[in-house]
Amino acid sequence: MDPVIRVENITYTYPDSERPALDGATLDVAPGSFVAVLGSNGSGKSTLAKHLNAILLPDGGRVLVKGMNTTHEEHLLAIRRCVGMVFQNPDNQIVANVVEDDVAFAPENLGVDPAEIRRRVDGALKQVGMYDFRLHAPHLLSGGQKQRVAIAGVLAMEPEVLVLDEPTAMLDPAGRREVISAVEALCRERGITVILITHHMDEAVRADRVVVMDRGRIVMDGAPADIFPQADRLRALGLAVPAATDLILRLNAAGMDLPVEALTPEACAAAIGEALA
Amino acid sequence: MKNIELRGLTHVYSRGTPFEKTAVDDLDLTIEAGRTVGLIGHTGSGKSTLISHLNALLKPTEGTVLLDGEDIFASKASIRSARFRVGVVFQYPEYQLFEETVFADIAYGPKNQKLDQAEVDRRVREAAAFVGLDEQYFDRSPLELSGGQKRRTAIAGVLAMEPEVLVLDEPTAGLDPAGREDLLDKLFSWKRARNATVILVTHDMSIAGRCDRLVVMEAGHIVLDGTPAEVFARSDRLLSTGLDLPPSAHIARLLREKGVPVPADVYTEDRLYEAVLTLWKRRKGGGAAC
Repeated sequence: MDPVIRVENITYTYPDSERPALDGATLDVAPGSFVAVLGSNGSGKSTLAKHLNAILLPDGGRVLVKGMNTTHEEHLLAIRRCVGMVFQNPDNQIVANVVEDDVAFAPENLGVDPAEIRRRVDGALKQVGMYDFRLHAPHLLSGGQKQRVAIAGVLAMEPEVLVLDEPTAMLDPAGRREVISAVEALCRERGITVILITHHMDEAVRADRVVVMDRGRIVMDGAPADIFPQADRLRALGLAVPAATDLILRLNAAGMDLPVEALTPEACAAAIGEALA
Repeated sequence: MKNIELRGLTHVYSRGTPFEKTAVDDLDLTIEAGRTVGLIGHTGSGKSTLISHLNALLKPTEGTVLLDGEDIFASKASIRSARFRVGVVFQYPEYQLFEETVFADIAYGPKNQKLDQAEVDRRVREAAAFVGLDEQYFDRSPLELSGGQKRRTAIAGVLAMEPEVLVLDEPTAGLDPAGREDLLDKLFSWKRARNATVILVTHDMSIAGRCDRLVVMEAGHIVLDGTPAEVFARSDRLLSTGLDLPPSAHIARLLREKGVPVPADVYTEDRLYEAVLTLWKRRKGGGAAC
């Protein structure tokens, strides 16, 4: 299958900066996949994300969204409809005083027919589990609920790709779980391609693929079970290793023989339980 | 020595309107000088409201806030004194930088304290060194700094006031794992050097594990209070507040559910590693004896 997004050797330097934020990044994203992007602060993750729906345009190389070059202005609307973005702070992304008005904002602006807007808004709110809150005031919702409303607002555009830039950084543990479960369901049940930028390893282990960035390039790329056991390399890049993986690596070094692909607490406990049975 | 005492602290927002909300409800809390206390609880549990009383940014609806036994709301002078003695770093403090240079931003607090220039200078340098901000940035605009450097600048601005009590609301949110550890190490070494009281508001249970004491809030009340080992051992109650366990405590809990006898107070990776290894060696030794 053709990649839904193709990033070809792109470079980008911010106007007031000497150092390139992106320095030859290359990435193909398969439709329907769940890709986690990791990297230390300043590694270029957010800059890469902003290239995926033409918020930023590359200085060199090119970005193709379903074959459309992001620098070609005639594709801009189609690209923005195809790739939806969700940012860190839900308070900056919510504009209306009622949840359903907020979700309807973008399709209304596009002149979508009112019956179709109703269908999309209800559908989007149901997909993130916020339908029962459709008549609530967004500012009285919890952080996790607000972020799910922000995601519904993007879903109402019916995008094929959802790019989320640290969507849980400001949320408490319950809020994080709500948002990540909603995002995972969109990928698994609706076939939406998800690109999730995160510092949380427990979120990244749920992806199909982990991409690690360093100094504007992609330096590691593979399945979570292949990436996370490379603990020394990840730490050298300023990243952490999931607690389960770290524990298993230490226990194996002490003589046990546990599967390194047990990345979650559940898988880790199951593996240890079996070894001690 | 008691440093902070909250007696019957109650704070009601929008009183008398349909939006009336009791954020902190008749809460008693004593924090001893020199301790590191983690204040945890889900969004809306009252943590931020509570800490806003500690330096007199919010006035209690009812109850008192005592600093070394004195009511901080007793007079204008005591309110002013509390603002200097209790330094609060709010969430995402990098959005609050406003001076033209990094130096001026860090110097803002000490200047307000009416210290002489030499003392202000010394404090700015010391605070910057503590957070690992190089002096080469002093003349730059805060806007030119990276996110991590801005965060350090904002924290240095509070440290430069040399508060006796330092309160930080999610100081590591949005930082990468290495940056998180580095900032925490620096804050703990500042705390040790000054023997200050530190209150850390956090959702991150691995940060909570580094505190001497954890206070868990829910709906404006304290529902758990003890050492990290004591609080994490009560995993059912903690999880019912919407919080997580630290990853190692989570794995330990799952192991116990499978009948593996890992002690309930295990919450660090080192202790979990030792517990599992001991069980494995015992089993191996037992097997060899058969």
